[in-house]
Amino acid sequence: MSARVPLVDYLVLAGDPHLTAHECTACGARFFDRRNACAACEGEQFRQVDVPTDGELRAFTIVSFAAPGVPVPFVAGVVDCGGTSVRANVVNTPADPEHVRVGMKLRLTTVPVGVDADGVEAVGFGFEPAS
Amino acid sequence: MAENVWIVGIHMTKFGKHPELDTLDLGAQAARGALADAGLRMRDVGVLAAGNLMKAAAGFGQQLQKQIGQTGIPVFNVANACATGATALRVAIMAIRAGETDTGLAVGVEKLSGAGLLAGGSRVAAGDTWAPQGRFGAVAALDGRVGTETMPGVFAQIGMEYDHKYGGADFELFARISEKNHAHSTLNPLASYQKRFTLEQIMGDVMIAYPNTRPMCSANCDGGAAAVVVSESKLRTLSLEQQRRAVKISASVLTSDPWQEACQVLPDVNTLTRRAAEQAYEQAGVGPDDLDLVELHDCFATAELVHYDNLKLCPPGGAVDLFKSGATWRDGSMPVNVSGGLESKGHPVSATGIANIWEVATHLRGEAGDRQIAGARVGLAHVIGLGNACGVHILEKAAA
Ligand SMILES: [Zn+2]
Repeated sequence: MSARVPLVDYLVLAGDPHLTAHECTACGARFFDRRNACAACEGEQFRQVDVPTDGELRAFTIVSFAAPGVPVPFVAGVVDCGGTSVRANVVNTPADPEHVRVGMKLRLTTVPVGVDADGVEAVGFGFEPAS
Repeated sequence: MAENVWIVGIHMTKFGKHPELDTLDLGAQAARGALADAGLRMRDVGVLAAGNLMKAAAGFGQQLQKQIGQTGIPVFNVANACATGATALRVAIMAIRAGETDTGLAVGVEKLSGAGLLAGGSRVAAGDTWAPQGRFGAVAALDGRVGTETMPGVFAQIGMEYDHKYGGADFELFARISEKNHAHSTLNPLASYQKRFTLEQIMGDVMIAYPNTRPMCSANCDGGAAAVVVSESKLRTLSLEQQRRAVKISASVLTSDPWQEACQVLPDVNTLTRRAAEQAYEQAGVGPDDLDLVELHDCFATAELVHYDNLKLCPPGGAVDLFKSGATWRDGSMPVNVSGGLESKGHPVSATGIANIWEVATHLRGEAGDRQIAGARVGLAHVIGLGNACGVHILEKAAA
C-alpha cells in the first residue's frame, strides 16, 4: 500500500475526496490558507468546514502561455461550490471554448501530481464536467 | 478644508524600447521634462515621490536626485504594483494638502522591454521528498496545478466572470476593444505601437490566455512619466501663462480591497474600483456624464470591459452595450483610451499611473495635436495594481 499526500493541506484524500476551509466562527468568511485573523471581521477563531464537491464554473481562461515547466494548454477557473469560491483547473475535458463554458456544472476529482524519492504519491485536485 | 492641488508641469517619455537608456536616464528625462514644463527647478520642490518596481529596494528616488538635483528634500520611494505611479502622485498631493510643502514632484519609471511574461512565481524546483510549504501547505508549485498565476490568465477570468454575470461578452467583443485601442494609438507619437490591427489579425494572433491574444495584452516596454504639483496659493504666484496651462486635480483617490467572498481566490478588481470611482465623483462634484475622456487600466482587453461598468460609464451590466454603441471610440460620446491604452501605448508599470494623467492633462490643455478631443474640460484617469490597489484621479481644465 503506497502512501499518498495531498498537494495542498485543504484537500482531504481519505474517504470521498473533498476540500476543507477555515471558517471564521464570528462571520462565516472562509479561507483556504492559514490566517492570523479574519480579513472580514478581525475574528480570531476558525473552525474546519467541508466544502461541497459540486459546483458551477463562474470564470475561466485557457492558458496557452505559462512559466517554464507548466504544461499548456490548461483550463484555469473559479468554481462556485455552494457559495464558496474555489480556484482550480478544469480537467477531463478538452481545453477549448467549445467544451468549457461559464455556468457549466462541475464536480471535484483528484489528479496525480507525481511520486517522490520515497515512493510517496502527491495527489492534487481539479473539477470535471458533472455530466 | 485643504486647498486645491494643481498640475503645473507634466511629461511623458516615448514608450517603447530604449536600449541606450537606463532607469535613471528615463526617470531624469521624465522629471526634468515635467520641471521644464512647469517652469520650476528642483530647488522649488519640497517633496519627491518616486515610483519604480524593478529597483524598488535600491532607493530609486535618491539615485534619481543625484541625476536631477540633490536639495535635501524628503524622498518617498513608492511601490504599489501597477498603481505605483498614481500612488507616487497621490503621495505628493497628500504632502501639499497636509500643508507640509507647496510644491511636489512625482515620478514613475520602468524598464520592462523584453521582460516577457510577468508572474508565475510559485513554481519552484521539486525537492526529493514532498514537504508541505507555505500558507496552503503545498507540496509542489501551484501555478498551473491549482489555476493560474499569470496576469493574462487572471484578467481573462475577470472578463469571463463579467460574461457569466451579464452575458454578451465573447472572444470577438474583447478583440474589438483591442482593435479600438490599437486604432487610437496610430495618432499618438509617444505610443509603443502605432500600428492598426484588423479584427482578424487580433483574433488570429498568438493566444496567450483565452480570450486574450497577444495584441490584447499590455505591451511590456520602457518609459517614464512625471508631474509637478502645487498648492492653489502657490499657483497664484506663478505667471498667467503657467496658470492658464495648469490642470486642476479635482479628485485624487487610492483604495485597496474591502473583503469580499472570493476576493482571494480570483482578484476582485471591481469592488475597489467602484469605491474609488464613487469617492472621486463625490470629491470632484462631477458625474460620469461630465467626462470628456477617460484613460482606464486596460492591462488586457478583458479588463477594459469590466472597468466601463466599475467607473460607472454605463449602468450596471451595461458595458457590452456601451462598447457596441461605439461610445468609447475617440469620436464617440465617452472616448476611452484615446492614447492607445496599455495594450498599444504600452505599460511600463510604474510610469503608467502618471502617463495616463499626462494624456488627460494634455487634452485639457488643448495640446494633444492630431488626437485632441475637441473642447475637453474634464477627464478621468484610472489604474489598478494587482493585490489590489486602485487609483482614480479626476482632472479639470483651468477656468479661462
Ligand atoms: Zn470573520
